[in-house]
Formats: sequence, C-alpha cells, structure tokens
Amino acid sequence: MSAPEPAIRKTLADANLQLAIYNNTGRFKENRRKAVAPEKLPEYQKLRSQAAAVKRHTLDFLDVYLMQLEAAVTANGGKIVWASTGQEAADFILNLAKERGHNLIVKSKSMTSEEIHLNERLIEHELEAVETDLGEYILQLAGQRPFHIVAPAIHLTRDDVADLFTEKLGIERDTVIENQAMTARRVLREKFMAAGIGITGANFLIADSGAVVIVENEGNARLTHSAPKIHIAIAGIEKLIPRMRDLGVFLDLLGRSASGQPLTSYTSIVSGPRREGELDGPEEFYVVLLDSGRTKVLADSQKRESLQCIRCGACLNTCPVYRKIGGHNYPWVYSGPIGKIITPQFQGREKDPWLPFASSLCGACAEVCPVKIDIPGILLQLRREHSESPQGSEERTMFRRWAWLMRRPRIYSFAAKIGLGFLGRKPNSWLKRVPWPANRGPLVAWLAERDFPAPPPKSFRDLWKERRR
Amino acid sequence: MAMVEVLERLGFEVEFRAAQTCCAQPAFNSGYHTEARAVARHFLDVFSDAETIVVPSGSCTSMITHHFEELFAGDAKQLERVRTIAPRVYEFSRFLVDVAEAGDLGARFPHKVTYHDSCHALRDLQLKAPPRALLSKVKDLELIEMETAEECCGFGGTFSVKFAGISGAMARTKMDSIVKTGASYVVSLDSSCLMQLRGALSRAGHKIETIHLAEVLASRD
Repeated sequence: MSAPEPAIRKTLADANLQLAIYNNTGRFKENRRKAVAPEKLPEYQKLRSQAAAVKRHTLDFLDVYLMQLEAAVTANGGKIVWASTGQEAADFILNLAKERGHNLIVKSKSMTSEEIHLNERLIEHELEAVETDLGEYILQLAGQRPFHIVAPAIHLTRDDVADLFTEKLGIERDTVIENQAMTARRVLREKFMAAGIGITGANFLIADSGAVVIVENEGNARLTHSAPKIHIAIAGIEKLIPRMRDLGVFLDLLGRSASGQPLTSYTSIVSGPRREGELDGPEEFYVVLLDSGRTKVLADSQKRESLQCIRCGACLNTCPVYRKIGGHNYPWVYSGPIGKIITPQFQGREKDPWLPFASSLCGACAEVCPVKIDIPGILLQLRREHSESPQGSEERTMFRRWAWLMRRPRIYSFAAKIGLGFLGRKPNSWLKRVPWPANRGPLVAWLAERDFPAPPPKSFRDLWKERRR
Repeated sequence: MAMVEVLERLGFEVEFRAAQTCCAQPAFNSGYHTEARAVARHFLDVFSDAETIVVPSGSCTSMITHHFEELFAGDAKQLERVRTIAPRVYEFSRFLVDVAEAGDLGARFPHKVTYHDSCHALRDLQLKAPPRALLSKVKDLELIEMETAEECCGFGGTFSVKFAGISGAMARTKMDSIVKTGASYVVSLDSSCLMQLRGALSRAGHKIETIHLAEVLASRD
C-alpha cells in the first residue's frame, strides 16, 4: 500500500510529539463536546441538519449561486476572478502585484492558499508574503506546512518556538508564550503598515450580498483585509452559502465545532472596497474563486457531500488515527478524516492508494461533523473504487478465495481446525510468537504489536456437537 | 456458548446452524463488493427461515442491518430477502433488553469491570444504554467507567494488520485508560475489540482480562 511507514513510525515513537498531539486535540475535543452538549445547546442536532441541508442545496445549484455572487460582488464595486487551477489563481495575484508595484503582501490564515502553494509561488517571484496568524507565522519561519487545519502549529511546544525565534529573528531565547506572541506582534505590525496587498481566505461566501465572511481569534485577518490598499480573498467555490440569513446557523456551529467557542473573537463580513465617505478599507477588492478539482467532485453525486466541509477540524480532533500520526504524515495540506476523503478526490486516487484504508472506520468523525458528511461511507466508496482498479487485483484474488471458502462451511471448519491446530490449543493463553508454518502474513503484523489468543481446546462447533448428543 | 446459556435460561429455544460462516464484512469493508455479495447471499440462504437471529457482535449486526441493502442495491430479488431477514436480526444486548425484556438474569460476577463501547454497536446501533442496563443487574459487579469508553480500540478488521503500528498505538492509549480504572475485566459486545485489547494488555504484562457481555451474564455462583 506504500503508506509512509518510516515517517509514521517516527511520529509514533516521538513521545513529546505524541503528548502534544493527544493533549491539544483532546482539549479541543472536550471543549467541543461541552459546547454542543444538550444542556448548553439543545438545538444542536437541528442546527446540524439545517447546515447540512443548506450546503447540500447550495452544491446542487452551485452554478446559479456563483452567478448571483458575481453579480453582487460586482455591484458592490469588487471583482470576481475565476481560477480553474492554483496556477491561474497565483498568476492573477502575481500580475496584480507587479502591475501595482507592490512587493510586500500580508496574509491571514487560508488553507486554500496552502493548497495551491501560493507563498512558494510569490517568493519565487521575489515578492515577500508574510503569514500573520501566529501559528502560520511560526510555521513560515520553520518552513513547515500546517499540522492541523485549524490550529496549524499544535505540534510545536513553547520551547520549539523559543528556539525558532532566536534562530530566525535573532532575539534572546524566551519561553513565555505571551512574550512570544508580543514578539510576533511587533514584527507583524510593521508588515501590516507597509504591505500593499492583503490576502485572506474566506470561511463563507454569501451569494445574495456578495460578501466574504472571515472568522478568526487574533485580529490579524481584520488588519489584513483593511490596512493594505488591495484586499484579495481566495476561496474554493464550495464556500458559498445562498443568503446572509443562512450565515447564523454556520456561525453557531463553526466556532463550537472547532474549539468550543460560541463565536470566534472576530467575525468580519466584508462586502466590497472602501466606499465614498468611508474612513478605511481597501481601494480594490477581489474574490478569487478556485476550482482546482472541485467541479470534478461536484459531478460525483455519491461523494459530492465531501464539499460540504466548513473546515472546522472537529473530525481531526476526534480521530484516533490523526491523534496518533498527526498532520504531517498525510500526503496533502488537508489532514485527518476530511483529508483522507478529499485528497484522493482532488489529487487522484492512484497517488496515495493507502489513504482510505488507514482508518478503523470507527465513525467518530461523522458523529462530530457539523455538516453531517458521511466520512466513513465515503471511505468505503473510495476503497471500492480502489478494489475495482488494477491496483486492487492482487487483493481481489485473496478475497475471491476467501469468499469461496466462506460458502463451503464444511471445508471452512475443517480448514480452521487444521490452521488453528498449528498454533497449539491451550485454554486462556496468549501467544507472543507462533511456530512455523503459522509465522507469516497478517499474523506476523499482528504479533508485532499485540499478543494473539491461543485457540481453545475445543471449538464452539465441537462443544455444540457434544451438547446435542 | 455463554450466549446460548443465557438465552436458554430465558426460555428461548436456541439453534446453531452449522452452515453459517461470516457476515461478509471483511470483503465489504475492503471494497470487494462482488465477493462480499457472494458471502452475504450465503448468510441469507442459511438464515432465510429463522424466526429471530441473535448475533453476539455489534459489528456483524451492523453489517447485516446497515450495509446489506447497499450491497444488494441493484438486485431486487435479494433486496427483498434482505428486507425480510434484516429486521429479524438483533445484537445480543438489544435482544435481551428490547425483545426478551430481561432484567435480572440471576448472574453473579464479583469483580470490578469497565465497559468498552465498540464503535459499530455505539454509533450504528446506538447501544450505549442496553449493555450497561444489563450489567447493572449483575450481582456483586462493580462497573467503573473509563475516560475513553467511546474511543476506538484500533482493531478495524484488516486495518489492524495493514496498519499494525497505528492500530497498536490506538490499543495502548485505550489500555492506559482501562488500567487507570483499576478494573480486573474489560467487558464488550464484540470479540474482535476484546482480542485487540487483551492482546495489548497481555503484551504489556497486565493481568486484566477481557470478557464478552454474554459470559458475564452467564456467570453464576
């Protein structure tokens, strides 16, 4: 299956990293649980159903709503930029920066821009693009990609950050988190004031009002979209919701699902550039709408709901696999259960065929998803597509033999008797290793981590026969 | 055998059909629907005339009651059979609580136990309360809930061997939570979870044992 085995093993063996992942996701998970508990939010299940229905409807009529959005943004004095690929989106930003003569760009947190490697493209063309979200800023200094959709630097400790700041900023080592935040703030204030372009993501795009909604906790996104002369919001086309009055349901769910906050500290609703008589705001306002694989997913009615995601990260925090292997072992910027279902759909299933299989199908993700994406169901569909491809032919042979055996109960029970006989029958005994010829295949993989039960002296079938005599 | 004893004690006539094998989940979960369908048809053949089918596993039950329809979506004849047989399939604790309306089964189990919610029993079959209700009636049994009762044990069928490292790490996290309770037994509805947990406990040298709910309910003085 070619999973990144050595990298995963390294993550599993790193005790500090394990603790950081488990504790941080655990805190989010617990805060979420409390925030949506029936005594706190009795309408939670209704909100989920409503949010899922709104998203499903929007996706079903996405063409109509996208046109509506374009009309509204244009009427507000902004401009929609259609980008089929990440390259097109990056090219637009590059050209605009060159035309306007801006070479400093500030950015607030945006997974969509991570997805298309925007920073790398900008830096290639000798533009300075500075991440202003604290976690993203730290990662930019460290040269890493986000570890988590919502909390990008949860894998780093205050000691890691202290070392990084000393190395990259040349300041004295300081492990006090508040001081570290102040350091970043000092550096970033200057960038905000000098930048000509601010790039944000968008949590929601609102078709009827042509507005971009950005939620955040640090206030950096507000500065990003209001201080520079040009504001560019970049978003996938699936971020759309039809009406301003639909927003409430999503704001009720997003903060709570992500971190247990009833609302994030700041919610910006941006609808166009500075108007006459207004004191602040950008002179130019662009919304870059990115396809980059999304219409392909949209065309698949069975897996379309993958696009309902509002990127709250709740599925990561509750996922027992993510909580072990962390974000960097997933092949793309989107990690955890949602990454597992969208990576193969966006980037092609063949590249990392192991991904949909790296799940125990426990269903915890679907349980916490605020927009009710059936993640385990989609994983099963992806597995099915794998099985039907040439990559699945070897395993199919195995399952074909298995199915043959399972329809022949006599041969099956006889084979089981012989097979288990090799392990040595013993009551209530657990094996650390097994003798030849049983020491092969899946049993070896099992024994690498756990003991295996010795078969009991008599099988159920034997006992049943004796009993009926 | 414990399940048979409990059911007979309640006055049910229990039959075991030697022709039965598997619910087809391993192939289905790996994406091999043709092979899964063949095995699922065998299941339908074996059990077509059974009055009630009681299954000592949440996972197998969920396969039959939640996934057979999808498996036979394109086959009207088999779908009809699924729709007549699946409603007669019950997970063991669900059968005891909802059909047999069993309360005190006269069981005695003088030990501290902790209960592991197996994923499919919990999330597909909504079996949070029934097993606990049954345990609460067992004489001298003390149930101590672990912090991570609802977290997956890491078994996940072929996942346990395809991704053994991750699976083992998940088991050990769960194990730590079990050890903390001070219980001497872990109870669950699924033998596969119990094999995973006991395998990890045994490897780590813990004396804690695993036991199926049916075995607890069959225990007497």
